[in-house]
Formats: sequence, C-alpha cells, structure tokens
Amino acid sequence: MTDKSKVQTEIVTPSTPAIPASPRRPSPKEKSWEENTLKPTLAKSPERRAEFTTISGHPIRRLYTEADLPDWSPDKDLGRPGEPPYTRGIHSTMHRGRLWTMRQFAGFGAAEDTNARFRYLLAQGQTGLSTAFDLPTLMGYDSDHALSEGEVGKCGVAISSLADMEVLFDKIPLANVTTSMTINSPAAIIWAMYLAVAEKQGADWKKLSGTLQNDILKEYIAQKEYIYPPEPSMRLVIDTFEFGVKNTPKFNPISISGYHIREAGSTAIQELAFTLRDGLEYVEWGMRRGMDVDAFVPQLSFFFNAHNDFFEEIAKYRAARRIWHKAMVERYKSKNPRSWALRFHTQTAGCSLTAQQPYNNVVRTAIQALAAVLGGTQSLHTNSLDEAWALPTEFAATLALRTQQIIAHETGVANTVDPLGGSYFVETLTNEVECGAWDYIHKIDAMGGMVTAIERSYPQREIAEASYRYQMEVDRKDKIVVGVNDFVTKESPLEILQIDETVAHRQAERLRKLRADRSQAEVDRRLNTLRTAARGKENLMPFIYDTVKAYATLGEICEAMRDVFGTYEEVAIT
Amino acid sequence: MPTKKIRVLIAKPGLDGHDRGAKIIARALRDAGMEVIYTGLRQTPEMIASAAIQEDVDVIGLSILSGAHNTICPQLMALLKAKGMDDVVVLVGGIIPEADIPAMKKSGIAEIFLPGTSTQDIIEFINKRLAVGT
Repeated sequence: MTDKSKVQTEIVTPSTPAIPASPRRPSPKEKSWEENTLKPTLAKSPERRAEFTTISGHPIRRLYTEADLPDWSPDKDLGRPGEPPYTRGIHSTMHRGRLWTMRQFAGFGAAEDTNARFRYLLAQGQTGLSTAFDLPTLMGYDSDHALSEGEVGKCGVAISSLADMEVLFDKIPLANVTTSMTINSPAAIIWAMYLAVAEKQGADWKKLSGTLQNDILKEYIAQKEYIYPPEPSMRLVIDTFEFGVKNTPKFNPISISGYHIREAGSTAIQELAFTLRDGLEYVEWGMRRGMDVDAFVPQLSFFFNAHNDFFEEIAKYRAARRIWHKAMVERYKSKNPRSWALRFHTQTAGCSLTAQQPYNNVVRTAIQALAAVLGGTQSLHTNSLDEAWALPTEFAATLALRTQQIIAHETGVANTVDPLGGSYFVETLTNEVECGAWDYIHKIDAMGGMVTAIERSYPQREIAEASYRYQMEVDRKDKIVVGVNDFVTKESPLEILQIDETVAHRQAERLRKLRADRSQAEVDRRLNTLRTAARGKENLMPFIYDTVKAYATLGEICEAMRDVFGTYEEVAIT
Repeated sequence: MPTKKIRVLIAKPGLDGHDRGAKIIARALRDAGMEVIYTGLRQTPEMIASAAIQEDVDVIGLSILSGAHNTICPQLMALLKAKGMDDVVVLVGGIIPEADIPAMKKSGIAEIFLPGTSTQDIIEFINKRLAVGT
C-alpha cells in the first residue's frame, strides 16, 4: 500500500501552489465606516439573514473592498485580454472583434426531422450547428435494438448509420458551417460518419471546423453514458486527438465538459475542478502516447454550465482560464500560447429550469446567458422555456436564440472587454473559486489521477453530497426557487413537442433496407479487421472510418469493440 | 404503525443515465427511516420486477426523464401483475407530460411525482399509503 502510493505520488507532475489566503486588512477608513455607519444600521435593522451564500453554498461577504485583495496584483492576476493569465479573456478585442457563436443544441426524431430544424435555425441567424443524439445512439445501439424500444428519437436524433448521417446534413455545406456533436462513447464512430459525409460533399477535411464532445471522463463522473471501461475508452479519445492533429487541424476533437457535472448537482467549484482535472488527464494521456503537448492541446476545447448565481459563474470562467494557463506552462512546460488559452462553449443550466411557471425560464436563461457573455465565452447555447417538460418547440427554440441576439445587439455588454475586471467582489470571488478548484485538483493528483479517482467514486460522491445538500436547502426553503417552493400559482399545462411514435418504425424499416442493400461480406470483413486492430495498439480511427464507409451500423461497430474491450459497470452509490 | 421498516426499491429503467433525482430520493427515504435498495442504471422491467420480488419491497420508485415511460411502465405493471406483486406501491418520478398521467394511474401506478416535488411530500405519501394498507 505504502509502496503503491509512493509510486503514484511520483507520477504526479508538480502542481502550482494555490493563491495564499491572506487575512483581510481593512483600512482605517473602512474600520471607521464599520463603527460609525454599519453598526448603527445593523442595530436598528438586522440583515435579511445571518449568512449569505452562493447557490453552491460559498459564503459571500457584505462588502468587498481593497482589503479583500491584499496580495492581488493587476499585472500578475488580471493582466490584459489576449495575454496570460487570460483572466480578462483569450482575445485582445473579445466580443468587439467577433461575437460569440450562437450555437443552439438541436436534435429529435429521425435525421430528416432534425435536418429541417437545422435549416430553420440557420435561416434565423444562428451561426453554428449543435447536434443532440438520442439515447440509443449515445449508448451505441441501433434504433432497432431491443434496448432502444421507447427511446428512438426522443432525447435527440436517431443515427444508426452513415445513411442517416447523410440525411442529417443534407443540403448543409459542411465546409461552411461549424458543427458540434454531443456524442461520447461512440464519438469516434459518429465523427467518422461526419467526415465521410464531408468527403462526399467534396469538403476539404483540413478546413472543417467544429467540435466533438468525446469527453468520456465526465460520463463516468456525471452523465453515465459510457460503454467501455476507462482504459480502452481513453485510448479511443487519444486516437481521435492523433487523427485530428494530422487530418482536421481546425476541428476540436474534444469538448471537456463541466456542464453535465454541474447538472448532476455539483457546486461551481467542483464543476471547475473536475473539468479541468479531466482536461489535465487528457493532456497526460496524449503526452504518454508520444504527442508533443503543443501539437494537440491547442485543439482541446471546454464546455461549462451557466447557472443562476451570476457572479459565481463569471468568477468560474475567469478562474478556469487562469488555472489552465498555469497548468499548461508550469506542469507541462508548454511553449505555445495557443495551448495556454482556454476556449469554451457555455450552455445555460437545464437543471435550473422549472416545470412550474415555465415562462419564468426565459428570464433565468437570459440572466445565465449574460453571465456567460460577461465571463468571456466563445460560444453559447440558451435553453428553451419548455425544456423542463420536453425538447423545445420551434417557438421556444426561436425565443431562446432571440435572447442571445438581444444580449449581443441591444444591451451594450459586448462593447467592452471584461467589464467586471477590477471589481473587488469579482476579483476576490475569482481568487476564491480558483483556490477551491486547485484544492480538488491536488487531491485528485494525490490519488494518482482522474481515472483512479473515478474508480474510487471520489468525484461521484462529492457531487452526490452537494446535490443532496442543495435539495435539502430547497426543501427547507433556505434557497428559494420561484414558482416551486415559493410564489406558487396553479397554471394550465404548456404546449410541448410530442415525438412522433412512428420514428422508431421508420428507423427500423430504413435499417432493414440498409442491411439488405449493402455488401454484408464487406461489412463483416471490415468489422473483423477493426476487432483485430482493437486487440493491438494501432490508432483505431482509420479502421472505424472503413467500417462506416461500408455502411456498417453504429450498433455493429460498437458491438465489435465491445467484443474486445468489454463493458463498464459502475458501483452505484447513493 | 408497522414495526417493520418500509422497504423501497429505487430503480432507473431505460438507457438514460441522469441519476441525480433517483439518488436524492434514495437518500431522502433512507434518512426518513426506510430500507432503500437502489438498482443502479439501465434496468429492464424484468430486472426491476425480479429485484422487487427478491428484496420483498413494499414500494417501487421509478425515475424516468427520457420520455420512455409509455413503453417502460406498462411492461413493468404487466410483469408485476403476472408475478402476483400487484400489492406493491409503484411510484414514478421525473419528466412526465401531464397528458400521460391519467392512463398511467389507470394502469395501477399509485402516484406520479413531477419536477419540483419536495422529498418530504414523497416521504409523507409513502408513509400514509402504507399506513392505510396495514
């Protein structure tokens, strides 16, 4: 035991020390204000509560002054936008130069249904595509598999083969649009299908731009859509990095995601810490594969949640950039500034939406989106008002997009870079959030890394604790959720999107035809070649691409790899 | 009041992995003094029905957010009936369109808890329901 922990400690790269928490040093004037102005007020009328905390339970002081930033240096801690430590943003002109990409996540029914929604959103001024896949696709089952029953096309679009992918992007020129695909365990396969469609359209792979989510670590931690055990899953992820560096230099092969960690109930600090520690894990696995840190890290991107607590969220994005820069430079000796700058997508918090009084969700989403913009996001999805009930209707999805357009063009918040920079409160909170995240990162380092931490259920348990604590606060009304535990009214049901029950039948029929029309011998041959390669150490992307091109289905390809890799079962904790 | 602890099976059927709600309910019921068994993810109706028999539970709580309730619930209710387990109180929590609720109740599901329900309401429901039954 002692031997093992020694070895693990040695593997860990030295970490940056966290910001020292110096005590507050109030000025004589502040002390006098406390004595002469504050005290009499408190004596007459006490504050609304004894303790104020963020939605994550982080304590917030009455007033922030220069006394809260004793060691803070504008040059070192704030810097200038586009320069280390990137607190103020990764570009010198930020949203003055280019607005964030408005990227609404969409997907439902069969490929043709989602294709129509994509084309509608592009016509409404959306600037990027983002694909939601249904649960069978996410879990690597074809639409006609027994376990897919009742789930086809429900939570996203059903994609079982290249034929479906061709329909999904029909009349959408992939050379001119950036596409994000929310797929994890089968990411390599879906990406291969996307690349095959691009090839068919005559698009140059080198010019393709977009993002594959492909973040398996947060699946074990939070969203739980895993298929294989961590080791082979990580191999597949690193295979996509290698393949991407060579073939698709403008495509992000991964979106390291805190979004789902937060949705599972984590605090803001946990979201930040686990996501960045996941990021470091991918970097270390990539380097162990023999890649130079600066060859692949510039293509890694991030994805954060935008929850209700406005300033805590802004502090989180600012701290994220600072931590990533420090880690790249100090832990991995990166020399390329493109590796240092953390680029991220944001989605407003689905878990903050209420089924009750759903129109209130428009307001929540607008405020969350504003936090993401002030925090310097590169792209943004705003949730629709009806998403506590179902996938959004066209009306609700349009309103969500309009929310971003109003922030971009009417509020004036994009006129200047990091307008909150230098605020005593925002800078202090940024420091505290960063500090809290480093604490977690060091703990996970000491365990031997994120894969080990996951196997010990460490992040899972931390999140479950935080999620339960918050629920109890809501149940006790320590935290108010408007329309849920206070300000409750009785209302009539909302009109929601119903998924056509014929989707599964349409998909089953399409798969039957696909299997009849393709060369089964060729499919079998290529699946067998993939199996053999999976047993070895080669990069699997070219083999996967070959199976996809022969119209092997997603389920068949996943099954071939299940044969070799086995499947993962988590230890269920409550 | 029965001296025996109320036994509850919390199950997460279907392919969905969003288990935040299921885990909160499991823990809240345990904190309220019940004996809780959590099945973990991706349970088929068959697996849930046999776990319910094996663990001899009084209550089954299903967490469904994916829209698959109209497939999963009828299958489970039929299985429970076939196995003579119709006295088990079946509860569903999650995202269920209001239009689907009457048919689900008709099939024997005791209650459907929608988003925003407090854990206390669920605990009270179970306690009342089982007190009436004994």
